[in-house]
Amino acid sequence: MTPAVSFQNVSRHFGSVRAVDGVNLDIEEGEFFAMLGPSGSGKTTCLRLIAGFEQPTGGHIKIFGETADGVPPYRRNVNTVFQDYALFPHLNVIDNVAYGLMIKGVDRATRTRRAEETLELVRLPGYGARRPGQLSGGQRQRVALARALVNEPKVLLLDEPLGALDLKLRENMQEELKSLQQTLGITFVFVTHDQGEALSMADRVAVFNEGRIIQVGEPEDIYRRPRARFVADFVGSSNVLPPDLAQAFGGPRRWASLRPEDIRIGKTGGHAATVTGASFLGAATRVACDVNGARVNVLLPSGSAVPSLGAPIRISFDAAALHPMDDAA
Amino acid sequence: MRSDRGNRAPIGVKVAAAAALLFLHLPILLIFVYAFTTEDKSFVWPPPGFTTQWFAVAWNRPDVWEALTLSVQVASISTLIALILGTLCAAAVSQTRFFGREVVSLLVILPIALPGIITGVALRSAFNLADIPFSFWTIVLGHATFCVVVVYNNAIARFRRTSASLIEASMDLGADGFQTFRHVILPNIGTALVAGGMLAFALSFDEVIVTTFTAGQQATLPIWMLEELVRPRQRPVTNVVAMVVVIVTFLPILAAYTLTRDGDQIAGSGK
Repeated sequence: MTPAVSFQNVSRHFGSVRAVDGVNLDIEEGEFFAMLGPSGSGKTTCLRLIAGFEQPTGGHIKIFGETADGVPPYRRNVNTVFQDYALFPHLNVIDNVAYGLMIKGVDRATRTRRAEETLELVRLPGYGARRPGQLSGGQRQRVALARALVNEPKVLLLDEPLGALDLKLRENMQEELKSLQQTLGITFVFVTHDQGEALSMADRVAVFNEGRIIQVGEPEDIYRRPRARFVADFVGSSNVLPPDLAQAFGGPRRWASLRPEDIRIGKTGGHAATVTGASFLGAATRVACDVNGARVNVLLPSGSAVPSLGAPIRISFDAAALHPMDDAA
Repeated sequence: MRSDRGNRAPIGVKVAAAAALLFLHLPILLIFVYAFTTEDKSFVWPPPGFTTQWFAVAWNRPDVWEALTLSVQVASISTLIALILGTLCAAAVSQTRFFGREVVSLLVILPIALPGIITGVALRSAFNLADIPFSFWTIVLGHATFCVVVVYNNAIARFRRTSASLIEASMDLGADGFQTFRHVILPNIGTALVAGGMLAFALSFDEVIVTTFTAGQQATLPIWMLEELVRPRQRPVTNVVAMVVVIVTFLPILAAYTLTRDGDQIAGSGK
């Protein structure tokens, strides 16, 4: 099957800044794909390369097998939901949503009807006559979504679309976006710096750092089997153990990842540790320990006894929880 | 602690403010009064009598109509040139990065900071050097130099407040450059352009200094008035024309003020 979007050794350099540096990536049709990384890692530039706002300085991008080299944004069958929504302030909601159809020359009656249908799809019916300035952040987000979807794009690009929403709204929108994607079957490419968002929504995740993709895989894969220190640390704040400690813990002499929630605290067995701090996180308590001079975090489920500061404890885990990593990046 | 009284100005300040406003505007009122005087050789106070005959006289004088027509034509064409060049320049400076961008920005604004007499002398010697005969078009060129500035200033302020992602959003939705300009950029900067254009028109309409250096035999309305003041016949006609000039320049400025006053919200800000 032809991938929906294909990056072939794509680079985008701005002067001496390598925003995107030699990216190879295939995004499958119908996939909910997340690009995850800290700010400045190149994920948004990759999205803009797909949209056509940027042209690669090296390599090639193909969209459904066709080259995107030199194709301007207005001739690509992809649509974007912008981070700041970018709704047209001089148009009301219906005309915003119908903008793409108006440009295509669809007659007014048809485009109004289709805009209304799409607004219903994003659960914002009856708001057509309002101006963007009269809507809340969550409502603007739905309008931006409808404005993109009404054009029936083959790929929908979403640039941190939930970033400006408060927590509760964000969680609702995550579920809605996911079910919308499943209903429509459109390829979604989603940029985020929030690892929880990427893991909960995406079919596959690409982790970006410094313009490169460090790892691509299913959320569970990324979480359980990080390939590199950066992934282990960025996704779910794993304990990154240096080779010496990994060996002492019974693994091979390589950098290793050990998830805080996989560690148990006890009085016997395992390895000696000293409690150096504890912070209450709500659903769990994070206990910081010192093991031979290295810091190891332990996540205790809410309700379990939290050892007091400075107490000598023993930590243990299943051998399978210790995950040796391929490279030291 | 501030009380409501803190918002009230003392009586002294009020009197001073009133006096200053009177000082500024009373002379203008005098011009209007003299348009109705019966004495036509010199301005005497109080006017010996009142008449509206000078309006009829002004109406029937061909030199008034010539000057007025010329001024309107010059102001219209200068404004049109300024609208096109000023908008293009503002778009380039606000939307793109290029070498020397700040310099361009400064150079565009310079003509309005420069004394008109310097602009005038410079243009005159430049026209002489290039063997360009003084004509209607040299006046237009001279006026366009400062008209561009007001359009540019209005347009760039609006461009800076218009989110760049609006243009990208339009492109993303299938609109090419021209469609984006027509459906997104123009509606968002439209009022700023109208305001800038009206200011430009008003500036050009009453310009004297640059005009004296760039005009040939033609007299724009303000030049005609200057010439008229030294001639002791039908003096109140000048005052009638002055009233017209005040009204013609004041209305667009008032409209420009009204149009830009409401434009304070940031266009396209998402959150």
